[in-house]
Amino acid sequence: MYQYSDFDEAFVRTRVAQFRGQVERRIDGSLTEDEFKPLRLMNGLYLQLHAYMLRVAIPYGTLNARQMRQLAMIAERWDKGYGHFTTRQNIQYNWPELRHVPDILDALADVEMHAIQTSGNTIRNVTADHFAGAAADEIDDPRPYAELLRQWSTDHPEFQFLPRKFKIAVTGAEHDRAVTRAHDIGLRMVRRGGETGFEVIVGGGLGRTPMIGKVLRDFLPVEDLLPYCEAIVSVWNLLGRRDNKYKARIKITVHEHGVDEISRLVEERFETVKAAFDGTAMDLLEGIRAQFAPPALPPRGTGAYDAARDADPVFRAWADTNLTPHRAAGHAIVSISLKKHGATPGDASAEQMRVIAELAERYGHDEIRISHEQNVILPHVALDDLPQVHAALKAADLATANIGLVSDIIACPGMDYCALATARSIPIAQEIAERFEALKIEHEVGPLKIKISGCINACGHHHVGHIGILGLDRGGVETYQITLGGSGAEDATIGEKTGRGFGAEEITGAIERIVFAYLDLRQGREETFLDAYRRVGAAPFKAALYAADEDAKKDRADAA
Amino acid sequence: MSRAFTPKVVTANSLLEGDAVWLTEDDRWTKVMAEAELIEDEAHAQIRLLDAQARAGEVVGPYLADAREGENGPEPVHFREEFRTRGPSNYAHGKQVERA
Ligand code: SF4
Repeated sequence: MYQYSDFDEAFVRTRVAQFRGQVERRIDGSLTEDEFKPLRLMNGLYLQLHAYMLRVAIPYGTLNARQMRQLAMIAERWDKGYGHFTTRQNIQYNWPELRHVPDILDALADVEMHAIQTSGNTIRNVTADHFAGAAADEIDDPRPYAELLRQWSTDHPEFQFLPRKFKIAVTGAEHDRAVTRAHDIGLRMVRRGGETGFEVIVGGGLGRTPMIGKVLRDFLPVEDLLPYCEAIVSVWNLLGRRDNKYKARIKITVHEHGVDEISRLVEERFETVKAAFDGTAMDLLEGIRAQFAPPALPPRGTGAYDAARDADPVFRAWADTNLTPHRAAGHAIVSISLKKHGATPGDASAEQMRVIAELAERYGHDEIRISHEQNVILPHVALDDLPQVHAALKAADLATANIGLVSDIIACPGMDYCALATARSIPIAQEIAERFEALKIEHEVGPLKIKISGCINACGHHHVGHIGILGLDRGGVETYQITLGGSGAEDATIGEKTGRGFGAEEITGAIERIVFAYLDLRQGREETFLDAYRRVGAAPFKAALYAADEDAKKDRADAA
Repeated sequence: MSRAFTPKVVTANSLLEGDAVWLTEDDRWTKVMAEAELIEDEAHAQIRLLDAQARAGEVVGPYLADAREGENGPEPVHFREEFRTRGPSNYAHGKQVERA
């Protein structure tokens, strides 16, 4: 994995020292909040409902054991013993005190981490496929490109005051696990002839005005990656609607000007900026790539794995649900669920973080990934080590066998923490997961992604959930609106609203009715929820959702 | 006809810890909403908000929140304000344990 250069180290340390001074000046009164706020945001520090929140970048979701242990240490020393992994592959601490934040940033710098550009109108942490470097369907590891983009975008002098935030996602695989079509720029690695390049997607995004990104270039040679991205961001930097924060994202710019006009402007700008990129970046890329060299995975037997599968149904259920094929024979990609039924999606205790670090070191070539689905991945584990891995996970409450199932819910912090929220998300996720656990049907139901956001900003990706839930404040009451048929994969789709929303006490029952309607109408186990929805449309689900409303209407009509 | 004024409290987050605080009649910042000054007059509310804004060294983002008279003092009207008196629902953290 990438190792900081002397330049990176000095840069991060200087920023911490600078921020330490800024915090001191805020506390002694020399800086007003208006002056301090943009400075703290540049360093990932928000003020939420009950406390400050520090958002720490996990570049393209990659960590090693030492870093994970440091995250655990920070959680214990300066927070309340846990951290929250987010849909942007970051970690958030919910309870730091202002005075301690510079110390936390120093502790992060000790393990080559920081919180720079995790907020504000800048290019944010570049996200990537969480199975990068291990997936069987991968053309190339996307992380060296993500790292190159990180270096280019960090403190980029032209892009520190953009019209709004800007998010880039990269995938090197066929199957899109990085939701590239819902990002400001999505990069999908493709092959043409013998050459590898990118399909460049622009103007995707969720939030108030959800949009699926449009293809700006179907093949961009690798050496043009930085100048082309620079051209896109600089065209938007000038055109973007700074007059209206709700219209400032590039999705609106693309929508207002049309993708053809944006393409024309970007190509024109690209011709100009290209000259400034002299090939240094490509030399740099070679150096970066060497640091992401895949671990040697010598062939191993599968005897212990097979024996455990035969002997232990709990292990077998976990293996069937939480493993993904690895490109190397005798190995698997392990997804560790942070979605134990009834627990807070994406939260890990310091103790759990240490267990994960230990397992990564012993069995996983010191590699850990955070997925945008708020789970943790050990990308390279030998099948024969899995019985030990599973036992250790089980002892740490980390062996829930539910990856990709109903209870593997994405939920943003919502009104339990977030100052922007209009309703809570976490208790809804907890209740749905517990309900389906009690019903014991989630394995029967099969792949089904539920995603919950606590406001229209859509950090919980509800628009692209097979079932999406959006928490709203309707006349002072928490109300939940359902969307159906969304997808964040290569067939990205924005879900459709079903109709009236549901109260907090009704929403779990409503989701249950949708799932039972699906079980009734599917053509067999192979037909997933999303496939079934695409075949039959919304009508049968709406009927299941609103049957009681219809009955009541009829009763009223009969009575009249 | 002008609408009746909904009583208010002045609330903010404390600068150092970031937790919710309320302004009392005797100009303290309290962590217990019931100790806050319940303001029933609109003009007075604006003055108290100005007072609060002048104390930028102690708090961040003061605003007026709707409130009503309860048994032990002012109580929140909206669920968001109620959560601020308590803390998150997923863990026993924040005010709900500090008070215990
Ligand atoms: S979706 Fe809204 S409530 Fe949820 S974390 Fe984002 S801003 Fe906060």
